[in-house]
Amino acid sequence: MTIANFTPWSALAGGAILGAAAALTWWGLGRIAGISNIFGRLLRFEWGHMGWRLAFVAGLVVVGIVAKLAFGERIAFELNAGAWQMVLAGLLVGYGTQLGNGCTSGHGVCGMGRLSPRSIVATLCFMATGAVAVFALRQGGLL
Amino acid sequence: MNKILFAFACGVLFAIGLVVAQMTNPAKVVGFLDVTGAWDPSLAFVMGGALTVFGFAYWSSQRKAAKPVLDDHFDAPPSRGITWELIAGSLLFGFGWGLSGFCPGPALVSAGFGDVRVWIFVVAMAGGVVAFNLTGSKAR
Repeated sequence: MTIANFTPWSALAGGAILGAAAALTWWGLGRIAGISNIFGRLLRFEWGHMGWRLAFVAGLVVVGIVAKLAFGERIAFELNAGAWQMVLAGLLVGYGTQLGNGCTSGHGVCGMGRLSPRSIVATLCFMATGAVAVFALRQGGLL
Repeated sequence: MNKILFAFACGVLFAIGLVVAQMTNPAKVVGFLDVTGAWDPSLAFVMGGALTVFGFAYWSSQRKAAKPVLDDHFDAPPSRGITWELIAGSLLFGFGWGLSGFCPGPALVSAGFGDVRVWIFVVAMAGGVVAFNLTGSKAR
């Protein structure tokens, strides 16, 4: 194993910022900033909760658009996956996060921050299969 | 209205954190999961930073505030114990995460960067959610 592309300071700073966003979501709205939950329940059309969920997701997308317009190629983005790989991955992420009730934000950040045993187990599970998938891609020459 | 503006601001701040941490770069996420290759430990630091800030806020709010500022109650997820759904779902999610380098948050942010493959991912992710809603929701 070798260590490459390690950026500890921007990682810590970015993590602290998104942790602060999750804290504000909790303090202000009384909600867990779990993106798969917000996105998934948006698609279940829970009236009365559509507004804030749509607004949260819009905030995510708007930052992507503005960042690209403002910084262009300076925003690092490298994707080594074809369209079909993305279809399969998207289906797995969509279905899996709903069945498992959370993703990297809901389980990994908020749930672990709340010291929830469920979230600790979930995080270990998705990190394990994430590593397996990357190992498989590497073995298959797809990485 | 306040609630909607506030939620928008939370989404914006969350996304800024993801961009600063470079979690919107799928190669960076794949690098973290590439433990047998060229390993990039950055994502662990993202989680560490986020966990520390959120954990502090959460545990201090548990002691002080009775309710959030803009709602009438804190909506903490109910604890259902460690179920097969939790484990199976997380295992499936992780595989998709590794295949693409995307989890839901970063995918929605980098959808704004304009690469069509990210839009394909987001549409497929919505498809996975709908598939769950149609078939798996009884299992909850």
